[in-house]
Amino acid sequence: MSLGQTILPYIISGISVGGQYSLIAIGYTMVYGILRLINFAHGDVFMVAGLMMVYLAAALPLYIAIPLVILFTVLLGFTIERVAYKPLRTAPRMSVMISAIGVSYLLQNLALYITGGLNKNYPAIPWISDSVSIFGMQTTRVTIITPFLTVFLSAVLVWLITHTKLGMAMRAVSKDFETSQLMGIRINNVISATFIIGTFLASVGSMLFFTNYPGVVPTSGGMPGLKAFVAAVFGGIGSIPGAVIGAFIIGICESLIKGLDTILLTRGVIADQVGFATFSDAFTFVLLIIILVFKPTGLFGEKSTDKV
Amino acid sequence: MTASERNKNLKIFAATGLFLFVILILDQVIKPTSSLSMLLTVLQKGSVYALAAVSMNLLNGFTGLFSLGHAGFMLIGAYTYAILTIPAAARDTVYQYYHAIVRFSIPETLSSFAGPLGTVIGVGIAVTIAGLVAALFAFLIGLPVLRLKSDYLAIATLGFAEIMRAICQWGKLGPLTNGSNLLKSFARISTFKLDLGGTTLSFSTFVPVFIATVCIGLIVLLVNSTYGRAFKAIRDDEIAAEAMGVNLAKHKMLSFCTSCFFAGIAGACMAMVLSIAQASNFKSAMTYEILLMVVLGGIGSITGSVIGAMLFISASEWWLRGLDSGTFLGINAPGIFRNGFRLVVFSIIIMVVVLFFRQGIMGDKELPDAIQAFRTKRKMKAEAKAAAAAETPAAAEAPAAPDETPKGGA
Amino acid sequence: MKVRKLMALGLSLVMAASLAACSGSSSGGSSSGGSSGGSSGGSASGSKVVKIGVFEPQSGDNGAGGKQEILGMQYANQEQPTVEIGGETYEVQLEYADNASSNDKAPTAAQTLISNGVSVVLGSYGSGVSIAAGDTFLNAKMPAIGVTCTNPQVTAGCDVYFRICFLDPFQGTVLANYAKKDLGATKAYCLAKQGDDYSGGLCNYFIEAFGKDNCIYEQFPEGTSDYSTYVTNAQNQGCDVFFSPVSTEAAAQIIAKASAQNIGMPILAGDTWDSNVILDAAKGTDVEICVTTFYQEGANANFDEGIKKWINGDSTAKANNGGNDELAAVTAMGYDAYYVALEALKAAGSTEPTKVLEVLPSLKYTGVTGDISFNEVGDANRDSAVVKKCNTETGKWDFVTVAKAE
Repeated sequence: MSLGQTILPYIISGISVGGQYSLIAIGYTMVYGILRLINFAHGDVFMVAGLMMVYLAAALPLYIAIPLVILFTVLLGFTIERVAYKPLRTAPRMSVMISAIGVSYLLQNLALYITGGLNKNYPAIPWISDSVSIFGMQTTRVTIITPFLTVFLSAVLVWLITHTKLGMAMRAVSKDFETSQLMGIRINNVISATFIIGTFLASVGSMLFFTNYPGVVPTSGGMPGLKAFVAAVFGGIGSIPGAVIGAFIIGICESLIKGLDTILLTRGVIADQVGFATFSDAFTFVLLIIILVFKPTGLFGEKSTDKV
Repeated sequence: MTASERNKNLKIFAATGLFLFVILILDQVIKPTSSLSMLLTVLQKGSVYALAAVSMNLLNGFTGLFSLGHAGFMLIGAYTYAILTIPAAARDTVYQYYHAIVRFSIPETLSSFAGPLGTVIGVGIAVTIAGLVAALFAFLIGLPVLRLKSDYLAIATLGFAEIMRAICQWGKLGPLTNGSNLLKSFARISTFKLDLGGTTLSFSTFVPVFIATVCIGLIVLLVNSTYGRAFKAIRDDEIAAEAMGVNLAKHKMLSFCTSCFFAGIAGACMAMVLSIAQASNFKSAMTYEILLMVVLGGIGSITGSVIGAMLFISASEWWLRGLDSGTFLGINAPGIFRNGFRLVVFSIIIMVVVLFFRQGIMGDKELPDAIQAFRTKRKMKAEAKAAAAAETPAAAEAPAAPDETPKGGA
Repeated sequence: MKVRKLMALGLSLVMAASLAACSGSSSGGSSSGGSSGGSSGGSASGSKVVKIGVFEPQSGDNGAGGKQEILGMQYANQEQPTVEIGGETYEVQLEYADNASSNDKAPTAAQTLISNGVSVVLGSYGSGVSIAAGDTFLNAKMPAIGVTCTNPQVTAGCDVYFRICFLDPFQGTVLANYAKKDLGATKAYCLAKQGDDYSGGLCNYFIEAFGKDNCIYEQFPEGTSDYSTYVTNAQNQGCDVFFSPVSTEAAAQIIAKASAQNIGMPILAGDTWDSNVILDAAKGTDVEICVTTFYQEGANANFDEGIKKWINGDSTAKANNGGNDELAAVTAMGYDAYYVALEALKAAGSTEPTKVLEVLPSLKYTGVTGDISFNEVGDANRDSAVVKKCNTETGKWDFVTVAKAE
């Protein structure tokens, strides 16, 4: 087997999972850019979207369930912002972050209570969960669709940010919170719009993710959420293309690390296993720390001066 | 130190001593099968989490460094303690798939010289080494990480905790850490017994509570010293503190290492209490729980953290268990009160506290001060009432100039 | 500010008041699942009550398996709700404590059962939590009967823990021999979960019996959803069998990926995969799955019929069994464990845990899963395991053979 053929399956699955992370990462980076808040609850909203689909698809046909899931998830994101973050807007940064952690805790426990501790199986959405063969390897169609859909949605979002009034308002608010208020921008509307867009992308991401990995448990959102945030930081917080590219890089690296032992063994580079797969999650954080130490603003971030 | 301050310190010391004595008595009186044995379990676990919460408060509340890596340092402390105290005879059963590297046990070696006293000293040494190893890792990690801004510091420390967890579970390090499998049979609370001829004295709850009390006392001393004032200055305004001559890097590193030293000790106590040490227990969820305890008690208040931790553990492990089993406070509703309801109620209470009682239970005051302030206020009220009662008959007489300002208790 | 402080104090007082109420109502009734009116409200008529502790995971990774194990005990409790101890009739009440599949919640869950006054504890499903709680039981001299925890560390060094299932060294050898002889495999890929004693231990014994040089051993971290790389690894390394004795939650994901990527080799697993979760995941695919387990449906027709009728008649029980009435082997083991506990209580002649502990080592009982007796460590004298294959068309298990120790 040539090197390309050996590595290809890992790259393809890496691109797929990276695309799903990027949809979550965009939500993180947008919220952080405007509110300077790490929305720890975002990953759990992603998981709740998956659970909603499980329950709704059992009662309604899919073409009604899918739009309903998106609608309810967006409503959830909006409610969380109004209830848990808006009252603390004038509080010190730590309080809001703790509130986010509290919301995350609440969502996970609610999910645990409602599912009764049993893990749920995500319904198969026809056509995208079919098996296809690409470059000689078998995979599901959703693996191929994900990167294209992700790039398309991010392109739409970037157009929204650069060519609409709302987008201009968002850019203004992320540059300077108080002055934009003075300029007559309705802060509450802008922030709500940010959360709505972020949550919409997360719900689409959840559909793609859980079609690929069909088990939903209350903790399904924890790790992907954290990795998505790392991806956002890696790409440059506040920059949407940065978040997308960062997420793809993280997805591919994660996949390659998991397969590194096999790749090296079959190429004859090492004789015995090293156990790289143990570090697949930890490696994401190693990447994060490297970028924070050497280029704190991320790959595409802008340097901002700290005035005293 | 003024006389009243010395008085206050003496009172606190006496109260702590009495508390420890009560714990010692409870240890002997309550048997494992009695219905009150949950109180002992809660005290054991609560004291461990109290120490962890206070050490996190030192870092987050007093120095303003938002770090989410606590679980990782507790993990290091727990593993160091476990590795150093597994008796030599049990090494091969515990490390069943690997050939263990560390083959001695500190308490065992010392007890062969000095009997039970040797075990006590050995455990103390093992716990201290656990803290020191955690502090060493903190130093290494702090070098690159401490100059980051608060949000990035949080995520970087969280990342380091995950990395440490992965390293401890690595198969290649199996001869040292037993890889994915848990460590057991080390010096734990069920082995803290003293045989005195006929009776056996049990120290299972006393030891973790004692260690936690001593460590919290040390932290109190640190906070009330010049270093503590430097930490608070850094929290309030970094730039002003630097302008005042506080060496930022040195003090931040000191705070970080001290906090992680005590976190390591808390981890060692956790291993002692749970009787197992396994990396998968020390997830980031544990850090979030400790953070919530700190917030519950009040960021910047040590007694608040202790109270917050005790309430948290009691509620989640003991009082609210009824919510999981169908009958609570006499209401029988198995449909609602089923598995997981306890945690939902609990999370809602936490959210209420975070949103509406942002200061927590104690705000940033300490309990002795709060009690003192309460007493003073009551005294002032009583005096004011007495003065008002004395004034009304006196007002009928010649208007006497009120030259006596009511002396409020100082 | 003062009002807020008072409210906070009031909140804590409410929690303290619930403590008083809670210690009164400590005889908590059934948790999720359980025949309505069955186990709660036991001492209504003033008859004597003996409590049996159920130490099982009802949430987390092993939640599904734990619930199925509890079903066996609940059915047995419904079939035989009383026991004769020392000439008097006692009503048997099941006390539940959820250890949440996590090793740090296990000791407190165990302590809750002990302080609620149970006479003997049944459990657990999952070796990690059993090992973690061993010390607590030892300290209180509370006898514990492990149902399907197969790791040797559960009973080694813990005199109060007994078990009625076979051990991992035995299971690993049976699986390795089956792979080598019946499946003709020369290279194996072993996948375990990080931090899980059960899957790590069983993989270890499998590798020992199969031959260390012919095995690739990998571990996945907790919270993994993406198993596609591990399947690819096995394919790229040219392995002939995929051994993955992990929890049912991970199993469903692995089967989905194995089918999507056309894994090309049979999947082998231990007793955790004997569940309808696996049957549902594999139905309609062409994946080959073999498991070693404790019980085969059809071995005891009476039991099968009775429990299926009960499951179909109780909606909570059916939901806990995954929505249908396919029997998991752990349910049969739970059923046997309950009866072993009753035998022990009868032989002890008292509800004192220490008396029950005395009679357990010499206890003998024949249940639906075979003969049960304990050796000097507390392990069951079991010498055979049932090997089953998954029929992906009918969605049921096919019996293959009974493998004996060699």
